[in-house]
Amino acid sequence: MPFLFYLCALIALLAAWQVIRGVNAMHALLYLIVVLLAIALMFFMLGAPFAAALEVIIYAGAIMVLMVFVIMMLNQGDSAVGQERAWRAGRIWRGPALLCAVLLAQLGYLLLPAVVSADAAAVDAVAVGRALYGPYLLLVELASMLLLAALVGAWHLTRVLKHRPGEEV
Amino acid sequence: MESQGLLIPIEHGLLFAAALFCIGLAGVLTRRNLLFMLMSLELMLNAAAFVFVLAGAVHGNADGQVMFILILTLAAAEVALALALVVQLYRRRRSLDIDSLDGMRG
Repeated sequence: MPFLFYLCALIALLAAWQVIRGVNAMHALLYLIVVLLAIALMFFMLGAPFAAALEVIIYAGAIMVLMVFVIMMLNQGDSAVGQERAWRAGRIWRGPALLCAVLLAQLGYLLLPAVVSADAAAVDAVAVGRALYGPYLLLVELASMLLLAALVGAWHLTRVLKHRPGEEV
Repeated sequence: MESQGLLIPIEHGLLFAAALFCIGLAGVLTRRNLLFMLMSLELMLNAAAFVFVLAGAVHGNADGQVMFILILTLAAAEVALALALVVQLYRRRRSLDIDSLDGMRG
């Protein structure tokens, strides 16, 4: 089990390194998703299955889809066509797919019945929910206000402004 | 630090988080493309969240995961706002080069 943890850490660091030295935003995003999946698996091994699920569902799911949307939206013009053609080559997603396959193999190993007893000290979702809506109730309220502010701010920032004289468009 | 039933020594987890944070910091400092800076920021946030969950696992309580949920909310809000800024920057400058925003000569 510790070996699997260190393997996950290695995968996360390798993928993180690929994120910051990539040239294409889409490729970097693929590696970022690998980082998030590796960290989710590490959460699972640390006995935090709820955090692992949230990391996959919200982080690797919702937030990354948002980034994919924006990258695709900004990728217009003729250069995008040649890029799409290059993407079908398969060479690009080989790295992320390989790292993901290792993670998947680890997950399959962790789900074997013989290994499950290792996370006996797990803090499950019930405990997290009790803490969240007990002593941390104020935090939930703060989070809701934060999200509302972000919603209003994002709507305000992406409005199409009317052209004002003297302003560079 | 006493760690009952923890998989690894806590120092190794902290070392991993520090390495991940440093990689993200290097990305923020060296890249000039706004999208890449945003992704590096996500790496740093994940390193911080990992330390919270690790500490929660060491002490065997749920507080670490509660803070992780708060960081998740924060990351969602941050990404929404930052992507709005990215769209706005691209609309005005036709590029994502953050050095093009030097109008204030800062």
